[in-house]
Amino acid sequence: MNEIIIVEKLYKTFGKIEAVNDLSFTVNKGDVYGFLGQNGAGKSTTIRMLLTLVAPTNGSIKIFGKSLIHNRKNILSDIGAMIERPDLYEYLSAYNNLKIFAQLSGIRVTEKILLEQLEVVGLKNRAKDKVKTFSQGMKQRLGIAIALVHNPSLIILDEPTNGLDPQGIADIRNLIISLSRDLKKTVLISSHLLNEIEQVATRILIIDKGKKIIEGTTKELLNPEKTIVKIETNDIKNAYQLLLNSAWQQHLQPLNANYISLVINQNDIPMLNKKLVELNIEVFSLQHRNNLEDYFLKITN
Amino acid sequence: MYTLFKVELFKIFKRQRTYLSFIGIGAFIIIIQLGLKVDGKELIEFVLGDLSNSFQFNGKMLNGYFVCFVLLQSLLVHVPLLIALISGDLISGEANMGTLRLLLSKPISRTEFVLAKFSAATVYTLLLLVWVAFLSLFISMFIFGTDDMFLLKNDYAVQIAENDVFWRYIGAFFFAGIAMTTVAALAFFLSQFSENSLGPIVATMLIIIILTIFSTMSIPIFNRIKPFMFTTHMVAWKEFFDVKVDAENINIKGSIQHFEKIIHSALILLIHIVAFVSLTIFTIRKKDILS
Repeated sequence: MNEIIIVEKLYKTFGKIEAVNDLSFTVNKGDVYGFLGQNGAGKSTTIRMLLTLVAPTNGSIKIFGKSLIHNRKNILSDIGAMIERPDLYEYLSAYNNLKIFAQLSGIRVTEKILLEQLEVVGLKNRAKDKVKTFSQGMKQRLGIAIALVHNPSLIILDEPTNGLDPQGIADIRNLIISLSRDLKKTVLISSHLLNEIEQVATRILIIDKGKKIIEGTTKELLNPEKTIVKIETNDIKNAYQLLLNSAWQQHLQPLNANYISLVINQNDIPMLNKKLVELNIEVFSLQHRNNLEDYFLKITN
Repeated sequence: MYTLFKVELFKIFKRQRTYLSFIGIGAFIIIIQLGLKVDGKELIEFVLGDLSNSFQFNGKMLNGYFVCFVLLQSLLVHVPLLIALISGDLISGEANMGTLRLLLSKPISRTEFVLAKFSAATVYTLLLLVWVAFLSLFISMFIFGTDDMFLLKNDYAVQIAENDVFWRYIGAFFFAGIAMTTVAALAFFLSQFSENSLGPIVATMLIIIILTIFSTMSIPIFNRIKPFMFTTHMVAWKEFFDVKVDAENINIKGSIQHFEKIIHSALILLIHIVAFVSLTIFTIRKKDILS
């Protein structure tokens, strides 16, 4: 069975508001499936429907090849989830929080399993401390531990990097990559942080106002032939003029006060760099911009 | 469901507020007992009033059984607040903390979720009553000793033989358990409609206070609904302390004057419990978890 999640013609309305509208998508085994959309696009509602927290108005959801409505308990026992904030029992220790949710996930809980899981997320030495003493990043890591403790096949993470510092974001990113690459887990990750999704997702779905905008592999969506390159130099006007008189003229974007930008094939970046050196342009930085972000803004606006 | 039930009990008894109820009741009972130990005779004289001129009382009126009755009369009015404090928080507290969505995304059915939580609330309620029984009955018996129990009703007096009292308290506490579980069921039912604990707790107490006022007022329109209000039946534990008499007006040992009233009231309360829990299951099963 290759398809882990099959969503077909899913609808959810709250009164007159259509939160999810005719949404269909498929998540395959081993995918890190990026679920993208602006705030209020319908990501969290869809994820809540996948976890049976919200009942669909219409449509069908199959997970592991079975109908979610008719096999709820069976399916949920093989899913690990973190929905938005990792809300926990603040008056309990990290160990007891993990123990409670591990028990409710239906596994046989041993101290060894719990401490190992806490070690994975770097909280073993804080196991006995109450969660109310934890930073947001530590709570987030404990939330991840709770999602993973019963070794699920499918992991659903809704905005997992919310409120994390850069190091925390990098840790979560590496964890997701490791879950997919080393442990062969299927991960569905929702976020409005395009940069994060771009770095971990193998496939991406973009939704807006509850509707599917586009679905595809990251490579398909991040067309390398139209990469935006941003150049910062000490004399922007002179550099712009030099490029305007060269073969790169056709790729130049209108002049900007802070940088020069060109839309080129990603493979041509070294050639551009070489040309800049030849033209004696002093380059402070040369970077290709997050194409997904441009793409996302273009299609959602 | 057993795992969830154990988890719920674990959570209840890991919270400090749970023990506040036990400490509060303990302090209240001990203060009243000490007060009665020091100044109890004046209370007895006040209770008897003019009767002491026409009757002669032998033995110790201010005994453990009498003190327990005095304590229960006032305690069973306030214990509902302490029960609402925990039961009213069981679902609203989870919604407030955000843990409700995590719990309900685990492989447990919503019916199991409701039943496990309510069972845990019932255990808490019954433990609180055991605590009340231990302090108000056993400690009073220890401090004041035992003797015949004398009680004044509206238009008659009841004297129950010393060896005929203890089982009545067991029955009264058993009945109080049903009455207090009804309060727990109401608070639990209201708990699902709020995302903070205060709302269900205040609403529960308001309902009890308003219905109790209706129960005590003799207005014809209220009289028609009184038999169906749970508050009317919560005080039926007192029926255990009314004794049948024979043709010579002598107490019949082991009898209860209106046993059928107790059974009737217990049934009405049990119906309320089943109704509140069933309604909770019904609404929770249909509820979208958006907290």
